[in-house]
Amino acid sequence: MADKTTSTPLGWLGQALLYGLFALIIGVFSNWPIYRHLAPDQALIKLSFNHQGKPVSDCRSATPEELAKLPPNMRAPQVCPRERSPIAVELDLDGVMVLRHVATPSGLSRDGASAFYRRLEVPAGTHRLAIRLKDDVRSTGFDFVREAVVTLKAAQILVIDFDPNDGGITLQ
Amino acid sequence: MNHPLRAFRLHALAGFRRIEWVFDTAFGSGQNPLRHLGALGFMMFWLLVVSGIYLYVMLDTSAEGAFRSIDQLSREPWQPGGVLRSLHRYAADGFIVVMLVHLLREGLYGRYRGFRFFSWLTGIPLLLLAYTNAIGGFWLNWDQLGQFSALATADWLDWLPIFASPLTRNFIGVDTVSDRLFSLFVFVHIGVPLFLIFGLWFHIQRVSRAAVFPPRRLAIGAAVTLLALALVAPVTSQAPANLAVAPTALNYDWLLLFVHPLTYATSPAFVWLALASVLLLLFALPFLPQPAPTPIAVVDVVNCNGCRRCFDDCPYAAITMVPHPTRSLRQLAQVDADLCASCGICVGACPSSTPFRSAAKLVTGIDMPSAPIDMLRHRLVQGLAALGEHPCKIAVFGCDHGVDVGRLAASDVASFSLMCTAQLPPSFVEYALRAGAAGVLVSACAEGACEYRLGQRGTAERLQATREPHLRASVPRERLAMAWAGAGDEPAVRQALQSLRQRIAAAEAVASVDRTPAHG
Repeated sequence: MADKTTSTPLGWLGQALLYGLFALIIGVFSNWPIYRHLAPDQALIKLSFNHQGKPVSDCRSATPEELAKLPPNMRAPQVCPRERSPIAVELDLDGVMVLRHVATPSGLSRDGASAFYRRLEVPAGTHRLAIRLKDDVRSTGFDFVREAVVTLKAAQILVIDFDPNDGGITLQ
Repeated sequence: MNHPLRAFRLHALAGFRRIEWVFDTAFGSGQNPLRHLGALGFMMFWLLVVSGIYLYVMLDTSAEGAFRSIDQLSREPWQPGGVLRSLHRYAADGFIVVMLVHLLREGLYGRYRGFRFFSWLTGIPLLLLAYTNAIGGFWLNWDQLGQFSALATADWLDWLPIFASPLTRNFIGVDTVSDRLFSLFVFVHIGVPLFLIFGLWFHIQRVSRAAVFPPRRLAIGAAVTLLALALVAPVTSQAPANLAVAPTALNYDWLLLFVHPLTYATSPAFVWLALASVLLLLFALPFLPQPAPTPIAVVDVVNCNGCRRCFDDCPYAAITMVPHPTRSLRQLAQVDADLCASCGICVGACPSSTPFRSAAKLVTGIDMPSAPIDMLRHRLVQGLAALGEHPCKIAVFGCDHGVDVGRLAASDVASFSLMCTAQLPPSFVEYALRAGAAGVLVSACAEGACEYRLGQRGTAERLQATREPHLRASVPRERLAMAWAGAGDEPAVRQALQSLRQRIAAAEAVASVDRTPAHG
């Protein structure tokens, strides 16, 4: 069953060519063409937070009837809601609102943190930013506001995060 | 399958066969890489494992040290470390290419239905595992390409509503990438291959004597090609990852990382939808309406003597041996309907299939209901008789999946197409010669091209008397010819037929001289 065609010079040449083609396909497409994810004059703004909103309502005192229905060891005088406020965020770029989002709390009872991530490609240069964040449905208006003028170099990444322990909205 | 899809498949298959022919011409049918794609994939996987172990030893598995440790290897391109790093990458590219072509080829040949559905279905998850593993490998370098890939993957996964906090937040700030996250990267790149090994094992579970290593010459050729590529174009790290700066221009591996640009060019939802659609289509193919299956092999309890030859020869492990229901200390073949390929190789292996048995109806130990061996005996006798008094009758046995032997019609030729040439018991060659044939030509598929993997080898070995049941030594070999030719290669079989005619004529001439009385 030996195949004689492969032992001829033409057969060897054909094999060399086909092996070369295989190497060429792998060698070329593992490096080329160059991928430009971001245009050369663009920068990136990443807006993200992972934050637990305030409870949707105030705690209230339990009525005597409500307390009576509970086992003695569970008769807490205050009834507090589990559900947390959704978190609304707005971003203005050079006076124009470019992003508005309401992040719902995680969890079946909506008692977890609200998380959000969005990336925006913007031209490199100086920009005026205004970020507003609301994490309490009981309040009017936004609970956190930050305005800043930033100068972004090409390909620079600006991260807008939220950390209540660090003054609220942070830019890094 | 509905008509337009089948028509498209067959049209595409015709094109693919032309490419196979080109490879056949260069490599020879038996060494054609397109006929060993699965085995080549296995070989590249082991190349990845071996080179990967070395790289893991050299890798500093910390966010701080990962880039430095791998980059150091790239600075020594002619040293083992640099070569192995490049080999690792190119073997990964090769693995993916080979795997995709393997999928395409098997799909075009329609090898996703019937007894092959298990191999098809278990192969699909391997695509996901292979790509997951390949993409995860880039993260370990933690250069700009790794950074981009990790972030793009997180962007893509975050579309799924299953994460309490976006994965992208792991890369939000310079300080967020921790050594712990690198432990996850390592787990992905080492844990997933373990699943891949299990997956590959499942994939070939129903294939008897699966080829998990290519022929030596092909293995050497493929390995040398990758090694040469690693030496000529060593893989280097790009700039170190910096989460404060977005990677802009990347030397990009499109074979392994094409999904990221696709995600950004469309949307994560689109890519998820596309992925789900492709997977759904691949999974659904075996369940689409198919042509009626060929009836499977049937064991005859009376005529099966429990010799185990069908058990040994079945290419898909469809036969098991069970205790004989009536004869103590004897075994009986049992056919698993889900595994049987209806190839008939077992019939050719059965010693009871000999046509010399005197019974009016030839009943063998295991037979194909759609083409029983008794019918072949009748057809053979009638076919040779129909050639009249031609002095040089030739019986040609072919394969339904190979050259159409019906096209060889001539005044001296009686042709018989079988499910597989290995369905032919070797004793039929002798029977044909005794029944008036001057010669016998067996036309099997080209080397490595057997529809049922092992039929061609079984045919050759039985006729060469190196496998049981074998052709008896007393059968004149000059009256037997074998032709190995793929579908459509009639010229090769015609040439073998012509050559056989000449050999017979020469043998007849010698015999004639021998019969001539000597005059003193």
